[in-house]
Amino acid sequence: MERPEGEQRGASGSGPAGEAEAGSGPVLEEPGSGATDTTMEDCLSKKIEITVSEAEKRTGRNAMNIQETYTAYLIETRAVESQTEGQCSPPDSLWRRYSEFELLRNYLLVNYPHIVVPPLPEKRAEFVWHKLSADNMDPDFVERRRIGLENFLVRVASHPIICQDNIFYSFLTQEGGWKEMVNETGFQLKADSRLKALNATFRVKNPDKRFTELKHYSDELQSVISHLLRVRARVADRLYGVYKVHGNYGRVFSEWSAIEKEMGDGLQSAGHHMDVYAASIDDILEEEEHYADQLKEYLFYAEALRAVCRKHELMQYDLEMAVQDLASKKQQCEELATGTVRTFSLKGMTSKLFGQETPEQREGKIKVLEEQIHEGEEQLKSKNVEGREFVKSAWADIERFKEQKNHDLKEALINYAVMQISMCKKGIQVWTNAKECFSKM
Amino acid sequence: MNSVLFGRNGFRVCKVCWKWCGLRRSFKKEKGVYIVDQIWKGVPEKGIKEAVSVTRLDCFPAKTLLYCNYFCLKCGGGVFVFLQDLSLPNGTPVDTSSPASSSSLLNRLQLDDDLDGETRDLFVTVDDPKKHVCTMETYITYRVTTKTTRAEFDLPEYSVRRRYQDFDWLRNKLEESQPTHLIPPLPEKFVMKGVVDRFSEEFVETRRKALDKFLKRIADHPVLSFNEHFNVFLTAKDLNAYKKQGMALLSKMGESVKYVTGGYKLRSRPLEFAAIGDYLDTFVLKLGTIDRIAQRIIKEELEYLVELREYGPVYSTWGGLEGELAEPLEGVSACIGNCCTALEELSDDMTEDFLPVLREYILYSESMKNVLKKRDQVQAEYEAKLEAVALKKEERPKVPVEVEKCQDRVECFNADLKADMERWQNNKRQDFRQLLMGMADKNIQYYEKCLTAWESVIPLLQDKPETK
Repeated sequence: MERPEGEQRGASGSGPAGEAEAGSGPVLEEPGSGATDTTMEDCLSKKIEITVSEAEKRTGRNAMNIQETYTAYLIETRAVESQTEGQCSPPDSLWRRYSEFELLRNYLLVNYPHIVVPPLPEKRAEFVWHKLSADNMDPDFVERRRIGLENFLVRVASHPIICQDNIFYSFLTQEGGWKEMVNETGFQLKADSRLKALNATFRVKNPDKRFTELKHYSDELQSVISHLLRVRARVADRLYGVYKVHGNYGRVFSEWSAIEKEMGDGLQSAGHHMDVYAASIDDILEEEEHYADQLKEYLFYAEALRAVCRKHELMQYDLEMAVQDLASKKQQCEELATGTVRTFSLKGMTSKLFGQETPEQREGKIKVLEEQIHEGEEQLKSKNVEGREFVKSAWADIERFKEQKNHDLKEALINYAVMQISMCKKGIQVWTNAKECFSKM
Repeated sequence: MNSVLFGRNGFRVCKVCWKWCGLRRSFKKEKGVYIVDQIWKGVPEKGIKEAVSVTRLDCFPAKTLLYCNYFCLKCGGGVFVFLQDLSLPNGTPVDTSSPASSSSLLNRLQLDDDLDGETRDLFVTVDDPKKHVCTMETYITYRVTTKTTRAEFDLPEYSVRRRYQDFDWLRNKLEESQPTHLIPPLPEKFVMKGVVDRFSEEFVETRRKALDKFLKRIADHPVLSFNEHFNVFLTAKDLNAYKKQGMALLSKMGESVKYVTGGYKLRSRPLEFAAIGDYLDTFVLKLGTIDRIAQRIIKEELEYLVELREYGPVYSTWGGLEGELAEPLEGVSACIGNCCTALEELSDDMTEDFLPVLREYILYSESMKNVLKKRDQVQAEYEAKLEAVALKKEERPKVPVEVEKCQDRVECFNADLKADMERWQNNKRQDFRQLLMGMADKNIQYYEKCLTAWESVIPLLQDKPETK
């Protein structure tokens, strides 16, 4: 239900951006990109505590007046200071739906192209083992998404640069009129449609090796994590099978115990342990889903990483195009000035066919060209500066991201290992109990 | 008159308690009379506890010897041990001095009490399978090794080679000559062609184990282990010669093997046998279910293994992309690899150890059902004869000896069957306890291996102190 609207919004977002292609103005002027150094202490997350505390199913009418069902999430914010002072002020709260989160992220993506913008949780369930429903309204899915959305907000709020964004702040604090506010920023006009064309490749002559490598890395990371998630879902499926089939022992042992004298009691209680064993897998796999969600976040992070690379590639491409353009103009100018035509061109042909231009005409043309050259040089200069700035700030954020990634994934892997350990311990416990029953037979 | 029944090799069941008679072993033939020099003494509930040597066949007070044969005709409290010898007139107590060798026989006893409290003196093992390729056929032979202290054997040790069809012959012979007893099952003869390779190592090993179990069960049986055919099977250099000889005999004995009396319907199966029948039906049904579940689990585990084998290397691939995370990811990959190995061992163990025992017991129950059927036939025969006599009663007031013999046979059959059933129940209980505990143990071991593997990953993931 939620999706059509989201897509519609997405489509309208890319529309005007297409026209604005030429006007993808200097990135330097964007707010926050001025690399104002923000230490972690200044982060929004240190000042306010953000939680997505509730999810609620709602029914309403969309712009097309079509009935739709969607889930709204309650965002609560609370100033950290007031807490420490012991006055537990009631948190500010407001409702947002998934599509609004999407809008916020799109806005951040456009305005902060040099930032690895934290990803949103998946729109619909992917890589799940068969027991979990893929329904968007499924309570488990909604719950996992709620955690994911909270995680997203906390990540944005802890980011040294984007946490200072006004739109983000309003997202947390101002329920009504927020959408209009976002649209007023005209961020959609700034979006470069070329970034959206996924398969477009720009033939960059001098690619930055670091970014090429990073792009390559994010491609690989995405493929390896999605492979991992796919296999993990299958592993979970099979494990589920193994445990559940053991549950059949529970039934048979209990039926069998009815016809046995001495063995009866042992069988009966061993059967009970088999039931416990079979049931234990539900919790185990549910917990493992959390690990899958952590991996998924990095799957989407890979995409965010790639967006930064693409942006860089595009800037490099523009830069190279400008250099080329400038070079050709300079050549033209020289040709006109010296009257020699070094290369065969249409212009040369026309001049031969229709006779030489008058000196005045030539002067005028040279003048125009010189002006264009000057302009081009200026542009080139600013593009160079802009590019350098971009590389500098993007790289800073990438370094930050890498650190965060290593830390997070290690933690996720530790949790995963702990989960496995507890599963093994549970297994040992159940089988030890069962063995004791068997030994009494 | 309380008639005395003659059984095979002097084994009887007490008519009062229906437990095995204690007479177990060590007797020999002298002047056409079996002389007993050992009987078992014990309490029925706890099994036979100790062996006592008797110097002469005598009366025993009922209190001390609960595993009795027949009550003393004079005092009613003791036991006379009668042994089968058709040359003796019915009911004559044997009053012979014990041979001097009795004490030495006792000394040769190997008093290694097993779980039954019975003393084992016949040890049979099946091992060393060998493949034979002839022009006509290819087959496997197994070495059958026997170690014994029994007097029936000339040597204390034998080693012969037998193939499956020899085992099959033995089983048929036992069924013919001991119709009242439960004969342990052989592993299935036929295997689906193409599905199982008859000469594969796993198949031969599984079969070897089953054949070993088969002979061990016979060797531990108080009656079957004294069977002549069994003796020949264990000792004969050339079994085939004996087989041919046996063929001729069989045609003569054919009559005694058959109990079938055409068309007579059994009036009523005694309750306890009806209960055994019902029990076996349910038991086989449940075992079948367990067998299916176990197979399904193995299948699921193998599928899980396939996925797990793909899962581990993905972490390794990922590790190749990373710097700081490379080592932990490799660690996870190796850990999953270890779990794979543990899982493989688990499912192999279950396939090799768990399933064959279930199958054996399903077959065992089937042979039990067969014996039950035979018993019903014997009873039917008796009832038919009794009815016939009742019709003629006015003419001949005395019950003919023939019918009395028939009654004896029914009682004999009942006694044997009950004893075997109880024996079987005991074995079953032990075997399943062992089997299920084994299953639990294998699973515990599996989890312990995985646990160790995962615990070894944790240190790789924790931040090293210097980086903190």
